[in-house]
Amino acid sequence: MSDHLLVSTRKGLFGVARKAAGWQIAASEFVGDNVTLTLSDARDGRTYAALDHGHFGVKVHRSNGAGWTEIAAPVYPVKPEGHEENDMWGRPLAWSTARIWALACGGTDEPGVLWCGTLPGGLFRSDDHGESWHMVRALWDHPKRQKWMGGGADLPGIHSILVDPRDSKRVFVAVSTGGIWLTEDGGATWGQRGEGMRADHVPPELTHDPIAQDVHCLAQCRAAPERMWVQHHNGIFVSSNEGRTFREITGVEPSTFGFPVVVHPRDPDTAWFVPGVKDEKRYPRDAKLVVTRTRDGGKSFETLARGLPQVHAYDVVYRHALALDQSGERLAFGSTTGGLWVSETGGDSWAEITHTLPPVYAVRFA
Amino acid sequence: MIYQFEKAPRMARVVFTPNIQRHVACPETMAAGATVREVLEAVFAANPQARGYVLDDQASLRKHMAIYVDGALVRDRVGLSDAVGPANTIAVFQALSGG
Repeated sequence: MSDHLLVSTRKGLFGVARKAAGWQIAASEFVGDNVTLTLSDARDGRTYAALDHGHFGVKVHRSNGAGWTEIAAPVYPVKPEGHEENDMWGRPLAWSTARIWALACGGTDEPGVLWCGTLPGGLFRSDDHGESWHMVRALWDHPKRQKWMGGGADLPGIHSILVDPRDSKRVFVAVSTGGIWLTEDGGATWGQRGEGMRADHVPPELTHDPIAQDVHCLAQCRAAPERMWVQHHNGIFVSSNEGRTFREITGVEPSTFGFPVVVHPRDPDTAWFVPGVKDEKRYPRDAKLVVTRTRDGGKSFETLARGLPQVHAYDVVYRHALALDQSGERLAFGSTTGGLWVSETGGDSWAEITHTLPPVYAVRFA
Repeated sequence: MIYQFEKAPRMARVVFTPNIQRHVACPETMAAGATVREVLEAVFAANPQARGYVLDDQASLRKHMAIYVDGALVRDRVGLSDAVGPANTIAVFQALSGG
């Protein structure tokens, strides 16, 4: 079980530790700066942090436990002369890292390999612990990539990267909006997955098109990688065949709208969500903050509220802000209004760590 | 000293916003070049980390940065082709946009 959390916020990175008196903020780094995401690499103990300095751009820092060092940030290739490509607003698309939206470790057989998903849609790989990055051109140059659109942001972006625990050359990515993509050869070629998902926000002829899907978050069971869960703009979807086809889960109270999903590392039928009012309002229904959990593959859901605020709670939990540790017992999440909660009982009960953080972008067990 | 001003008359003075200094040291410097691009690339050749803080991935000026030549905003934010004379000062600052 993990006793440490890394909490990325609009105003810094906070380390939270489990102590005798409970979970407490034990360290603060980059205070005042916009930390958007972290990655803890269990293979070598290194930690990575993505920062967005606004005026000065997106940067990456790395720690080996003894302080942070700025390392290379992913850089888009030079746009070819005469290449014309506009975003969904008709403006020229800038080939430039606008946000780091996903960080993932390569397989256990690939020490030093990292994957990085960005806005406006570039996927990058590092083979040297982030000393350098190269864009995965086969995905960027895929003719369908230009059909990706903005979802959670004005620009399309890769927010989920899942390396198959059985074969490191198989990597799934999910795009908002652009659906789910899979490479089976380490990134050389890519194909689309995700039949069966449904998008309400597009014309009927596109509703079931896999590329039109606004996947908010994609999760895969480590022990049973064929099981994938999707928190989608239009609801919850589950696949039992590695994302080839999905089935929609309906009738979940209080809502199937949300951003994050996590799945138990050993039990593919157990997954957690943080629901909100769909979709232009985005706050907990009746201002009661709850987590929903299924333990039977989506046939039924429990509403978990013990320890969470049930009066005037307007917390939104972003897609990277719900975390599950390797044991499958400990969960934590942070909210846009600066709340941070932890559960050591699989979500049965929650303890508030603080409610005065800056807006929380990401929570990760370290 | 590296710089011999009398023998290098095309050198422009380059100053950076104080706000960049906590990320990457960018001391005032002199650099050669006939355009903003040429002068800045000379500066970045000696200080490569600073480049990504000022220019985006396509080597255009970052969206919320501003460059002035003797107090006048540069017109070409993409090519940075604005002319620079030997007595000019290039100021690399932030725009107030972009928070």
